[in-house]
Amino acid sequence: MLQFIVRRIAISSVVLLMGSALMFFATINSGDPLADLRESNAENRDQLIAARRANMNLDQPWWQRYLTWLVGASKCLVLSCDLGTTRNGANVNTMIVNAAGASLRLVTLSVILAIVIGIALGVLSAIRQYSGFDYSITFLAFLFFSLPVFWAAVLLKDFGAIRFNNWIADPALSTTAMAVVALVFALLVASVLGGDIRRQALTFLVTGAAVFGAVFAFDQVGWWRRPALGLPLILVGALLALAFFLTLTVGLSQRKIVVAGLVTVAAGLVAYFVTAPIMADPSGWLVILGLLAATVVVSGAIGWFFGGFERKLSMFVTIGTGVAFGFLVFMDRLLRNWGAFLEIKPRPISTIGSGIPQFDDTFWAEIFDWGVQLILPTMVLTLVSIAGYSRYTRASMLETINQDYIRTARSKGLSDRVVYSKHALRNALIPITTIVAFDFASLLGGAVITETIFGWKGLGAVFRDGLNTVDPAPVMGYYLVAGGAAVIMNMLADIAYAFLDPRIRR
Amino acid sequence: MSDRPTPPGDDRPDQDLPRTPGSGREGLSPVPYQQDKAAPQDPDRMDDVTDRADGAGADGDATTYSVEKPLDLSQKSYSQGQLVRRRFLRHRGAMVSLAGLVVITVFAFSSIGYGWFPGWWEKEYWRGGLVLDQGRPTLELWPPALGEHPFGQDNAGKDYFALTMRGTQRSLIVAFTVGLLSTIIGTIIGAVAGFYRGWIEAILMRITDLFIVIPALVLAAVFGKMANGGIWPLAFLLSVIGWTGLARLVRGEVLSLREREFVAAAEAIGTGSGRIIFKHILPNTVGTIIVSATLAIAATILTESALSFLGWGVRAPDTSLGLLISTYQNSFQSRPWLFWWPGMIILAIALAVNFLGDGLRDAFDPRQNRTAD
Repeated sequence: MLQFIVRRIAISSVVLLMGSALMFFATINSGDPLADLRESNAENRDQLIAARRANMNLDQPWWQRYLTWLVGASKCLVLSCDLGTTRNGANVNTMIVNAAGASLRLVTLSVILAIVIGIALGVLSAIRQYSGFDYSITFLAFLFFSLPVFWAAVLLKDFGAIRFNNWIADPALSTTAMAVVALVFALLVASVLGGDIRRQALTFLVTGAAVFGAVFAFDQVGWWRRPALGLPLILVGALLALAFFLTLTVGLSQRKIVVAGLVTVAAGLVAYFVTAPIMADPSGWLVILGLLAATVVVSGAIGWFFGGFERKLSMFVTIGTGVAFGFLVFMDRLLRNWGAFLEIKPRPISTIGSGIPQFDDTFWAEIFDWGVQLILPTMVLTLVSIAGYSRYTRASMLETINQDYIRTARSKGLSDRVVYSKHALRNALIPITTIVAFDFASLLGGAVITETIFGWKGLGAVFRDGLNTVDPAPVMGYYLVAGGAAVIMNMLADIAYAFLDPRIRR
Repeated sequence: MSDRPTPPGDDRPDQDLPRTPGSGREGLSPVPYQQDKAAPQDPDRMDDVTDRADGAGADGDATTYSVEKPLDLSQKSYSQGQLVRRRFLRHRGAMVSLAGLVVITVFAFSSIGYGWFPGWWEKEYWRGGLVLDQGRPTLELWPPALGEHPFGQDNAGKDYFALTMRGTQRSLIVAFTVGLLSTIIGTIIGAVAGFYRGWIEAILMRITDLFIVIPALVLAAVFGKMANGGIWPLAFLLSVIGWTGLARLVRGEVLSLREREFVAAAEAIGTGSGRIIFKHILPNTVGTIIVSATLAIAATILTESALSFLGWGVRAPDTSLGLLISTYQNSFQSRPWLFWWPGMIILAIALAVNFLGDGLRDAFDPRQNRTAD
């Protein structure tokens, strides 16, 4: 195993080195770095040209300039990077560090969302193969796959930002809009749950009525401007999470684990009131992380205590439920502060930028400040990569379902739930690790477009400005982050693959 | 010695031999209970050989006995190519996409013409004019009529239909050139790497690794800027990026094909490597290659328009769909049609090509037996 990892690292670094030479050579040959000065009418034109020549070492041959850059960049191995300066003398190190935060936040969030939603959709459409749901997901996947990112982004800017801002000023839903929302939800739930036609019709009617009622109630109480979950909704959500984790593991067959889950929910209820003063305005992310750690410890302990001979499974269920409860409480607090944020910023979603600079308010308002700006770009990036994930998961899941061991599991008399969640899902997910690595790298590339449209000062902007001015230093800085991330993610995927699938270990 | 198959006719009864097609007795080999699906499948009686109850057959009294599965020779049989073609032609999504793609291509090239070939649309894409009715589109769906400016006009009064068609032309040219070139490069490199193995493979595969490390769009951006706005250099440079995925796929297939008996046989009679690769191995990978080529075209349409949007692809005074969106993205509030047309055309082309690829994949994949649904 160790030998496998070492060989991967060696190969990857050689590839990264070759790639840097190619990028450097292509960048400096992509145009004339002096173009703007040659056309300028400034009195000291020759002087400026000479200064830039000296600044960018334009008189040296390309390999000498590359080696200079390489020596500086190779100091990254001992954690003292020197990525050079732009043509105006700005330090690329600080540029990259400042820009990386925004970009990585965007890409990481999109990758996580895309993985969760894409895999869920893929699995569901594989289980309900050739159903209406499957066909709609397939068609939507093709549509999103063929969607020009920049076009979708400009559309979202109009519908998601400008029209949403107009709407939130005086939010009211027409009956038609409510009916459409209810119809979509009802169709979705009915086709996913399946069953014979009478059961589907019943599911459709019940879901439609429930969603319509909920939206109507939200509209009546002015929820859109003063949203909150409230304790009842939190409890419902936590029980749903418990049901989800039970479905994934043992179902209702183990009384102990069900009891452990219910005790976790009860403990969460107590903790909700105990932590209320802290959650009103936490001083920072450390508090939230501390509370998260406490949740994991407490719910894990409950699982351990009640678990009996199934401790591991029990702890998995209780920790999952506990974290879900905590997340719901967090969202409840966050939503309660939406009204306050609207007071500060009446048109909440700006079309450009990643947040108000030097924004200083309560913890929650600050989250909203960068959070709402994250919504639209994340949606764009997520939509595009969901398509890939769902198609791939579907194919992989179908392949697994047709294996002999699944037939064996069925013929043993196991229920659909156990066959899908314990026998099929785990094996179907193995090949997906590889896709995650590729996707992360391509999303960093895609972020160049998204950041341009949404006016973010991220890595994509550094790259764009660098390329437009034929300046190798920022471009190479971007390459180092993107290529490094791609190499690391690929390696992690390979290692994860080798762990999950013993057949490929060599 | 005993595992050698017995030659037919040596010790087997005569009736086991397949009947001559056309003799009128082809469908006769009866299997017990086969005709009656509802008959109890009694394991003790499964091996019984009985008279056929219905006594079907040309002369009525023909009674033959067999325990083998019936071979229905009355149906026509198809070659591999015919099967693929049938499966493809029955794929409804692929057929609709193909029709759409053909319509778009024909419109793009015939309307404003290409090179010295004149088109039927008389307005030039670069010539401004009087803005009529704030440049609103005059296209009527029913009764169908194009009107003066079917897609509207931009703020300088240029005919937007001519502009969009010109952009579609450019995008299609780049996409199909890249699809063709990168497929050729990828096939050759993948085949050579898979067939010769050794250091050639190592080097070629490290090069494909290289293109995986660098985000494709970033490399395309740098190369697109090098192309300096011309569509032919752009197409050429994009092909240099696009071949790696196919090369890996082809290499994988060649690796397994080169171990097969027919390659060994070809080598044994002294066939040269080039002939083995091109005559014996590559025809077996044609499914992979064609599917990959279609997907490459779809990807290129999106890449090219994204590059043009960012200013590193096709540049003014020439135009392309991405450039049109980039130019008019701020007039979305006032003149939305300037934004909708090029975007919808990109989406339509990419969607059509992706569906075509899907149909081709289904057609070439023998494991798939679902056709139209």
